[in-house]
Amino acid sequence: MIISGGSVVTEGGVVETDVRIEGGRIVEVGVALEGGERFEAAGCWVGPGFVDLHAHLREPGQEWKEDIRSGQEAAAAGGFTTVVAMPNTDPPIDSGHVADHVRRSDGVEVVPAGCLTLRREGGRLAHLDDLWESGVRVFTDDGDTVADAGLLRRAMEYLAQLGGMVAQHAEDPGLARGGHMHEGAVSSRLGITGLPAVAEEVIVARDLRLVEFTGCRYHVQHVSTAGTVELVRQAKGAGLPVSAEVAPHHLVFDHRSVESMDPVFKMYPPLRTPEDVAALRAALAEGIIDCVATDHAPHSAHEKDVPFEDAPRGVIGLETAASAVHAALDLPPQDFFDRMADAPRRLLGRDPHRVVAGAPADVVVFDPVAVWTATTFRSRSENSPWKGMEMRGAVRLTIAGGAVVFEGEQRD
Amino acid sequence: MKHLLSIDDVDADEIRSLLDLAEGFVEVLGRDVPKVPTLRGRTIALLFYENSTRTRLSFDRAAKALSADVLTFTTGGSSVSKGESLKDTALTLQAMGPDLMVVRHGAAGAPWRVAEWTGLPVVNAGDGAHQHPTQALLDVLTVRRHFGNVAGIRAAIVGDIRHSRVARSTAGALVALGASVTLVAPRTLLPVDLSGWGVSTADSLDEVLEDLDVVYLLRIQQERGGGDVFPSIAEYVGRFGLTRARAARLRPDAVVMHPGPMNRGVEIDPAVADGSRALVTQQVANGIAVRMAVLFRLLAGRVAP
Repeated sequence: MIISGGSVVTEGGVVETDVRIEGGRIVEVGVALEGGERFEAAGCWVGPGFVDLHAHLREPGQEWKEDIRSGQEAAAAGGFTTVVAMPNTDPPIDSGHVADHVRRSDGVEVVPAGCLTLRREGGRLAHLDDLWESGVRVFTDDGDTVADAGLLRRAMEYLAQLGGMVAQHAEDPGLARGGHMHEGAVSSRLGITGLPAVAEEVIVARDLRLVEFTGCRYHVQHVSTAGTVELVRQAKGAGLPVSAEVAPHHLVFDHRSVESMDPVFKMYPPLRTPEDVAALRAALAEGIIDCVATDHAPHSAHEKDVPFEDAPRGVIGLETAASAVHAALDLPPQDFFDRMADAPRRLLGRDPHRVVAGAPADVVVFDPVAVWTATTFRSRSENSPWKGMEMRGAVRLTIAGGAVVFEGEQRD
Repeated sequence: MKHLLSIDDVDADEIRSLLDLAEGFVEVLGRDVPKVPTLRGRTIALLFYENSTRTRLSFDRAAKALSADVLTFTTGGSSVSKGESLKDTALTLQAMGPDLMVVRHGAAGAPWRVAEWTGLPVVNAGDGAHQHPTQALLDVLTVRRHFGNVAGIRAAIVGDIRHSRVARSTAGALVALGASVTLVAPRTLLPVDLSGWGVSTADSLDEVLEDLDVVYLLRIQQERGGGDVFPSIAEYVGRFGLTRARAARLRPDAVVMHPGPMNRGVEIDPAVADGSRALVTQQVANGIAVRMAVLFRLLAGRVAP
């Protein structure tokens, strides 16, 4: 196949050129290539496949919401070629054999994250060596915070020795108790108990001191507040081994969306204030926040078709992330691919992928001007705040593991 | 007006018009035969997911005084205990052919969902800590009938504002009609952000007591007395309770209101609750008239099938 006429994102800049892919590898990059099947990519960006450090694929245990196959299909449609599966499954990924069950290398790669604590109960360490041996590099109790600082310290000491990363869902359980949305003017009016911004910030502040103390690699999941951005900025300035991700919905929506009391706007951390949204956008553009991660969290229609406070938390995001981030920030193509692909790949301890001759074919073609409407989803669930909304920027082609895993219609 | 979901959806003119209508129904309720045939043949469904005495009985009484039939669903002994969802319950009740649903639910926004699912006119009879618009209307009707007007009245709402749909609704209606409203509560029981409410706050009842026309007390949940949001009931009463001593300092024409059920000896001294200033039973009586006005406004003029 020849990807023809696209703007290829390279280390040196954006180059309009053709890319020939054969036998699962990029075999030639150059102008006016000929022969074979062509994919017309004029006006599109051609770069390495996106990496999502944070998705809930629900298998094993909640396959009515999503399974690994439907999750891979949703990822492919969103331009992701590597997805990190969160371990809050049933059973949770707290030992190597469950991680082995989840891992996939066909098409979109599925990389399991492991639990920090046994059964995600926050009491004892998970089987960290066993997980490490099976290839797990990201450790998290995502969905819950490791609240016990003594236990977190021991997890950090243990993983610092192995070289693993602690990824924290930062939400102090006492401050967040009973909360369903951001605590502020909107929650006050609705009478819905809030999760204050400080619930996230006190955990991040505490954890950063533990990072200083233990030297462990630390990653802040789904940063949602301007205060957390400042803590991460300071920690990076001090040279701590710290990184951070932001979810697309936190870059686009704020707590005023919850005035509709529509459960499609319910997720943790919650949608915050317009000022937080502005700070998150600026931090991602600047690189203080390293990357985008979807926090793709599927729930069935009947589970979300209830009053806001009764609804489960989470929204899907794999299929809309690239478009949402592109439309929200209008990053130049190199920065866009850095935040979507290179930075998260580095955080997994890998080298960024390049569209160069000889490299494995791991490519996404993204049309930055196409306009489309999110109506149907490859995910098994449809709990998307973007459903029915017009999107700018569209994934046209995804090649993962050497094979075409998604080819979208030309949109305009 | 298709629904009555939030008092914030009803402008001051519309509130006044509903109160005028309610005044007429106060007169009806005072007759020998307190019943009119206005809604004969119509059916009102009451969908109550929370325990309620006065609100459910009041809607029932209001519907029957308008000659409507009433279908009542309460969660005790229902299919909810078998795991039936709110949506399925609402659709089941809808299939029985009511013209309007009155919904009470513990979660904010539930009546909005029911309105979407069923397409029927819906009256919110209390959703979570969010809204209780007919309570707001009966409260402003009670103030207006007592003082002759609402504009210029100085009211304090005292107690657990943060978790109170009554405070959110009644404060909104009082402010809309030109009263000045002060919220009085420990900071743990105040909403964190009052921007847009048009109210002021005070740190103790003593600060505002002598300037008030209306002291509106909210129920303090006894189970909150265990040191969660205030140290003890005794300390709450010390700063925020309407004791006999405090009641004696009120202006001679000031009144005391309470949405019920009251905790005698906690937010209100028993002697004050039974005293001449208390308008609590008038609130209950006015509640029937206000609900008649709301049902009439939403249903009269619609042709029965």
